[in-house]
Amino acid sequence: MAIKDRMSGNEAVAYAIKQINPDVMPAFPITPSTEIPQMVSNYIANGEIETEFIPVESEHSAMSATIGAEAAGARSLTATSSAGLALMWEELLLAASNRMPCVLALVNRTLSGPININCDHSDGMGARDTGWIQIYAENNQEAYDNFLQAYPIAEDPRVHLPVMICQDGFITSHAVENIELMEDAPVKEFVGEYCPEEYLLNPGKPVAVGPYSVSNYAMEARKNQADALLAAKKVILEVAEKYEKISGRKYGFFEEYRTEDADYIMLIIGSAAGTAKQAVDDLRDQGKKVGVLKLRVFRPFPADEIVEALKNCKAVAIMDRTESYNGNGGPLGSEVCAGLYRRKADVASVNYIYGLAGRDFTVNHVYDIFAELEDMVENGKEVEQFKYIGLRD
Amino acid sequence: MTNNIEIRWHGRGGQGAKTAALLLADVAFKTGAYVQGFPEYGPERMGAPITAFNRISSKPIRVHSNIYTPDLVVVVDDSLLASVDVTAGLKDEGAIIINTRKEAEEIRSLLKGYAGRVYTVDARAISEEALGRYFPNSPMLAAAVAVSGVLDKDTFIAEMQHSYEHKFAKKPEVIEGNMKALTMTFESLKEA
Repeated sequence: MAIKDRMSGNEAVAYAIKQINPDVMPAFPITPSTEIPQMVSNYIANGEIETEFIPVESEHSAMSATIGAEAAGARSLTATSSAGLALMWEELLLAASNRMPCVLALVNRTLSGPININCDHSDGMGARDTGWIQIYAENNQEAYDNFLQAYPIAEDPRVHLPVMICQDGFITSHAVENIELMEDAPVKEFVGEYCPEEYLLNPGKPVAVGPYSVSNYAMEARKNQADALLAAKKVILEVAEKYEKISGRKYGFFEEYRTEDADYIMLIIGSAAGTAKQAVDDLRDQGKKVGVLKLRVFRPFPADEIVEALKNCKAVAIMDRTESYNGNGGPLGSEVCAGLYRRKADVASVNYIYGLAGRDFTVNHVYDIFAELEDMVENGKEVEQFKYIGLRD
Repeated sequence: MTNNIEIRWHGRGGQGAKTAALLLADVAFKTGAYVQGFPEYGPERMGAPITAFNRISSKPIRVHSNIYTPDLVVVVDDSLLASVDVTAGLKDEGAIIINTRKEAEEIRSLLKGYAGRVYTVDARAISEEALGRYFPNSPMLAAAVAVSGVLDKDTFIAEMQHSYEHKFAKKPEVIEGNMKALTMTFESLKEA
């Protein structure tokens, strides 16, 4: 039986952690993710879970300790945001390259400067090439559901990679909304016991973690790691299917919302997808054929599947909530355009930068973007291919 | 109004506007509604202006932006009237509630010609009498419920008793005072 409740995105993730009851959680507080370790500490203090909490002195140490615990054979996780993730940079790469199936709850917040505590995706997108699996959520429900699916994906022997479960800082992390929680028993059964094949605290089968590799071998290690990330695609879908059976909620690489006959599609990540869906419903009422493609899995990048979903529309608005400082496009814009080109899909596109450092993104912005796409396609209006929306006049 | 309502709260950091918005989401949820309660932070410090929001609807809520055309505005600190455009976008058929000691007509003159309903409540007097200290959020929560009608008074009072027993499990001595502040507000709310 599902439990109908209301809670914030941070509470939802902390509740998922409680139900999973992982072995070790090292963490260092940073807004807006601080509540997660705080709530988990409460669960521990109340004797509700047996997780070992390690209060470390920095995020660099938080990720180091997470990797250390995971290497020892313990199911481990941490939580962070923004500059905290930046300080973990070196360790993020180590977690992935040492094939540690640990989990990070990322509450997306902009990176400095100007210093700001609000949401954009510059932290998560900055870590997009560290080898982690990245899954993004629209709301508290998805943050919860994604978190429960994290370990079954990470620990699968075909994958053995760390997973970052991302949600938008404040917009979902601090927003109280309705949610359906699972009972503890099916969650425990779904997530299962962690039985690592190889781990440091196993005297019967000694292993080395993180040794030096000479050039004769290092490149093959990288290729193996890249193959594992690609193999995660199949596992992500398998885990989603299994999760649907116990929750009734369906997940994939992305959600296609009213796209089947759409002339114009907005491709977007995170909480703004909900705002876009509302705008799409409003525009559909006016007879506009528009839809939303909400990307859930950013790493591994499902390029083929995205192209397949977009190939029949007239134009796509690709929405990036981060600036890449390259003058050519945001991370999502650049990768989708590369995918479209490689598969010779002739779809016009505009890459919009929106919502930086907490700038609000509204249904009116969505109306404007769809109107601009239509004007570009129907009337030949010249539109910059890479532009900002929501700037002050 | 109970079918789909959007509320914007204006307060200062530390006054509990965010907590009031979350409590309102909480009690509305218990009546079976879909709810959203969320804050917008500016500078993170005591006394800085903050905004919080509620959406309460009979249908699932998907929009994740701030609220620009609210049905109801709640102002937790009347000193904000000088610096914040509190009636911006407020619907004429909506209402505004202001925590103030000023007379309602004097307050209306500060609202840039807002034509809708204006309510005042002296949350300081209520809080000081009921709790012995100044915590404006309980009176303002009761005022928001009374004006919006998102739930009826008796249901609200019963739910809040339950909610405070949970929230103040370690400080049971403040439950009675907070409950008194809620009921006093229903009696002293004034329409200008």
